[in-house]
Amino acid sequence: MTDLHWRSATELAELLDKKEVSAVELAQALIERADEVDGRLHAYLHRTDERLLDEARAADERRAAGATRSRFDGVPTAHKDLFVTKGVPTTSGSRILEGWVPTYDGTLVERCTSAGLPLQGKLNMDEFAMGSSTENSGFGPSRNPWNTNTVPGGSSGGSAALVAAGGTPWSWGTDTGGSVRQPASLCGLVGVKPTYGLVSRYGVIAFASSLDQPGPLTRTVTDAAAFLQIAGGHDPMDSTSVPQPVPDYLGTIADGIDGMRIGIVKEFDEAEGTDPGVKTRVGEAYRRLEKLGAELVEVSLPSFEFGISAYYLVAPAECSSNLARYDAVRYGLRVDGADVVSMTSRTRAEGFGDEVKRRIMLGTYALSAGYYDAYYGKAQRVRTLTIRDLERTFTEVDLIATPTSPSTAFEFGAKTADPLSMYLNDVFTVPVNLAGNAAISVPCGTSPDDGLPVGLQLIAKTLDEATMFRAAYAFEQDLGWAGSDEGRPSM
Amino acid sequence: MGRLGRGEAVHVSTTTDELFETTCGLEIHVELATASKMFCGCKVDFGGEPNTRTCPVCLGLPGSLPVANEKAIEYTIKIGLALNCKIAEQSLFHRKNYFYPDMPKNYQISQYDLPLCYSGHVDISGEWGTTTVGITRVHLEEDTGKSIHVGGSGRIHDSAYSLEDFNRAGTPLVEIVSEPDIHSAEEARAFVSHLRTLLDGLGVSDVRMEEGSLRVDANISVRRKGETEHGTKVEVKNMNSVRSVGRALEHEERRQREALEAGEILVQETRHFDEKSGTTSSGRTKEGSSDYRYFPEPDLVPFEPGAEWIERVASTLGETPIERRERFATEHGLGAKDIEVLTASKATADWFEAAAAAYGGDAKKIANWIMADLYGLVNEASIELTDSKIAPGQLAGLVKLVDVESISGKQAKTVLAEMFATGKDADVIAKEKGLEQLSDTGALETVVDEVIAENADAADKVRSGNLGTIGFLVGQVMKKTRGQANPGMVNDLLRQKLTTSDRLDDRAKED
Amino acid sequence: MDIDRATVDHVARLARLDLTDEERARMTAELGKILEHAAKIQALDLDGVEPTSHAIPIRNAMRPDETRPSLTQKEALSGAPEVEDGRFKVPSILEEEAP
Repeated sequence: MTDLHWRSATELAELLDKKEVSAVELAQALIERADEVDGRLHAYLHRTDERLLDEARAADERRAAGATRSRFDGVPTAHKDLFVTKGVPTTSGSRILEGWVPTYDGTLVERCTSAGLPLQGKLNMDEFAMGSSTENSGFGPSRNPWNTNTVPGGSSGGSAALVAAGGTPWSWGTDTGGSVRQPASLCGLVGVKPTYGLVSRYGVIAFASSLDQPGPLTRTVTDAAAFLQIAGGHDPMDSTSVPQPVPDYLGTIADGIDGMRIGIVKEFDEAEGTDPGVKTRVGEAYRRLEKLGAELVEVSLPSFEFGISAYYLVAPAECSSNLARYDAVRYGLRVDGADVVSMTSRTRAEGFGDEVKRRIMLGTYALSAGYYDAYYGKAQRVRTLTIRDLERTFTEVDLIATPTSPSTAFEFGAKTADPLSMYLNDVFTVPVNLAGNAAISVPCGTSPDDGLPVGLQLIAKTLDEATMFRAAYAFEQDLGWAGSDEGRPSM
Repeated sequence: MGRLGRGEAVHVSTTTDELFETTCGLEIHVELATASKMFCGCKVDFGGEPNTRTCPVCLGLPGSLPVANEKAIEYTIKIGLALNCKIAEQSLFHRKNYFYPDMPKNYQISQYDLPLCYSGHVDISGEWGTTTVGITRVHLEEDTGKSIHVGGSGRIHDSAYSLEDFNRAGTPLVEIVSEPDIHSAEEARAFVSHLRTLLDGLGVSDVRMEEGSLRVDANISVRRKGETEHGTKVEVKNMNSVRSVGRALEHEERRQREALEAGEILVQETRHFDEKSGTTSSGRTKEGSSDYRYFPEPDLVPFEPGAEWIERVASTLGETPIERRERFATEHGLGAKDIEVLTASKATADWFEAAAAAYGGDAKKIANWIMADLYGLVNEASIELTDSKIAPGQLAGLVKLVDVESISGKQAKTVLAEMFATGKDADVIAKEKGLEQLSDTGALETVVDEVIAENADAADKVRSGNLGTIGFLVGQVMKKTRGQANPGMVNDLLRQKLTTSDRLDDRAKED
Repeated sequence: MDIDRATVDHVARLARLDLTDEERARMTAELGKILEHAAKIQALDLDGVEPTSHAIPIRNAMRPDETRPSLTQKEALSGAPEVEDGRFKVPSILEEEAP
């Protein structure tokens, strides 16, 4: 079957069900596709071809016996390399974990296995999820299939690149300040940051614990909803996990948005720094939503202006603590030292990249004696304001719409000289993480200026992914971009 | 000379007592006796092969997350209630960040400004009187792993390298902090002893200082009386028994007093107690407090115990040790010494009460048997009362045998020793040894009649009023029955047969 | 926002990062700039606003006191850079004891 690698997971499930294709054929197609494109993309950090084929065979046997594990039994996936996979090397994009082979599977990985999804491998990312381009990976960057001179976004860049290039139908990334939504936007994909706590963090190598959330990267909205239904819901191994199971998003996804109130953020509209091309396409997207029956309402969220400042205090503070465990004692890199302090300090100096060191330093400082109240303490109060602003706004509207990223995919090296300029990529996405709300990025075309993808972000009330999926689906169907030739890179 | 507790005399310098005063606060760490660890399901245990009770969580593997042990929280609240604390409406866990190889995450999940329990107090008494010691806080945290230092003396400073075992890492640890309301080494010792008994009674920990399930650190300073500024605070660590607490702090008090008298400046530092020498020595200089960069633990959610849960825990508190001691006096009629010994541990007190209940009679008799005889056997064998082969009900059985004069008191001691060795019941042993007293009136009477017949002169003497000679006749009966006759009964029978009714009445008046 | 070299050294020590001189110099400038940006929130009047440590209103997440199988010793030690007698081996610990 041609173009098998461009089919969505939902379509593949149907083909498998109708026995028009086998899981093994599918696996082989994706192996061939990886061989074809990954040399240029560098999406993979570790391929598990043998295991993929073994698991595909097992899936076919189950299907033949009428004993499928789920509707998606046999549809492969590849995970961002911060999902801990038993027996498969896991690095979190860092040299400090090079060669580490975990002795356990995280919950999300287990749930995917339980659904029968064969594993293709582990994907590249900014080191410890810190970055917006994968240029911070300890193993070299990934490339955007739309234009390989540009970044795929980050930190889930490897996942975005592989999904966008048809290397896999879907991949789990993580979003702490935009790391699923922004790469989705830059690569013309659907990317979701679920409500904080909806998807288990057990087995997710931590960056910023109160902000991290696994999220799907897919080519269609339906696939994203389905992926979330497979892996989401309460996990007793994660204290911050929501108490309930995940609802049936697919049941209401096609209900349309007639009468839905959608807020446009005054402060973002007025902000500088957004590409004109992005503004154009996002503006068109707002009008399309109106056409579909939504009522656009201007809303004001003053706290959003301070999101980046607060985020770049909270996230580094938590990461400085989360990364303390990389000390050369129990696993990972060890650089010898005369004593334990020297060994640990040298190991971390050698094993961590610049951005990670920068954030550890920043975070340690923000928490240190005398500075806590001024930095971390204040940032946590901005967080309260953000939550209040959103709660207030959601009494007036059902969703909030913004651009996902202020720019399209930029060239390698364009933002590495000044860390701050890289941070500002997250201006639209970060407030959502601070508050814990859900958000989705859905493609709204390519920029008239450079032909690169532009993303529309829809922010929902906490635990109201259903509304977000409904709007994104309606928009996607009407735009007709995903799944068309226009809607994929020419790779 | 001051006297601290059971028979241990310690030399306390009394001459400088009037010039100086001591301020002391204690920090007690208690390892909880839960089945599993604080944040994961690994078993809590002592000993065993290294690194065999770990998992991704307590080993700090990348991606792992903590989930709080419900029982550990319950036990902490229980301890807080027993110490008259307020229980927090909302409590948070915080991360205490510092690097050390026995710390899998290089932060300890602990509590900071919102502990589970706070503002309590406890009364301790001793030879000095009574002191109310404030309890600042009772909080919950996780224990570290254990380091072995190789090469050199086994201590850190001359070791070549170290080896880490994480079996203990993640064990629930309760920290109890007292206000600096303690003013002498004696009080400190009494406080620790009292706390240990209290915790033992709650059933929340083994409280074995030698095994490390109860650890004590002290902060102590001495100043001249009348001064408003506190003296230099010195931290004292490595006190591994209740007795050591007294010895260490007594030494430290004296050291500080002498230094002040000599006009020396005291250094704020941590000092280690050394068992052998009974002295403290410098560990490291304490330059203010370390920067732990505390922040709320994002991987755990806030705890709001709620009135209902707290009430349920309160209802499990049962009797306090003081209440139990009082009840031993009023209900069982025991004296102070007996009470002290029998309530030394919850296990002993429980054993005694089980025996008393099985006996059903005057509990003092049971107490006497334990104190006078059973303890002798137990101590000689160097075991605990509760570890002996004798069950509480069996002691009761023995005492009952003596009551019905089946065996004599003297014989009972022999039987007890046999019970201790074999664990058999008293009556079984008595039968086996043929010890059962001849108390059968008919059989006895026959022997008595024989003796009267064989000792006509003595019998006549009794008949004529010489009651003292009855003793000789009793002796003869005992000889004939090889000591097994019930002497009381023999005496009664002889009197019956050899004296008149009037005389019997006289005797009754004499009794 | 000026962050001086001594502070950078102190923080690097706290964070167990053996930075090169070049890194320390660069970091001094970069951190200063980031903190300046972050200082935007300094200007906000946040009196009376409670800090949020947990964005989602979950409370009392606990587990019953039950044991689960542990890793084997072999599994626990897999990945260890150096092992001796079933324990993780580290070079000398100079600091007397944990703070």
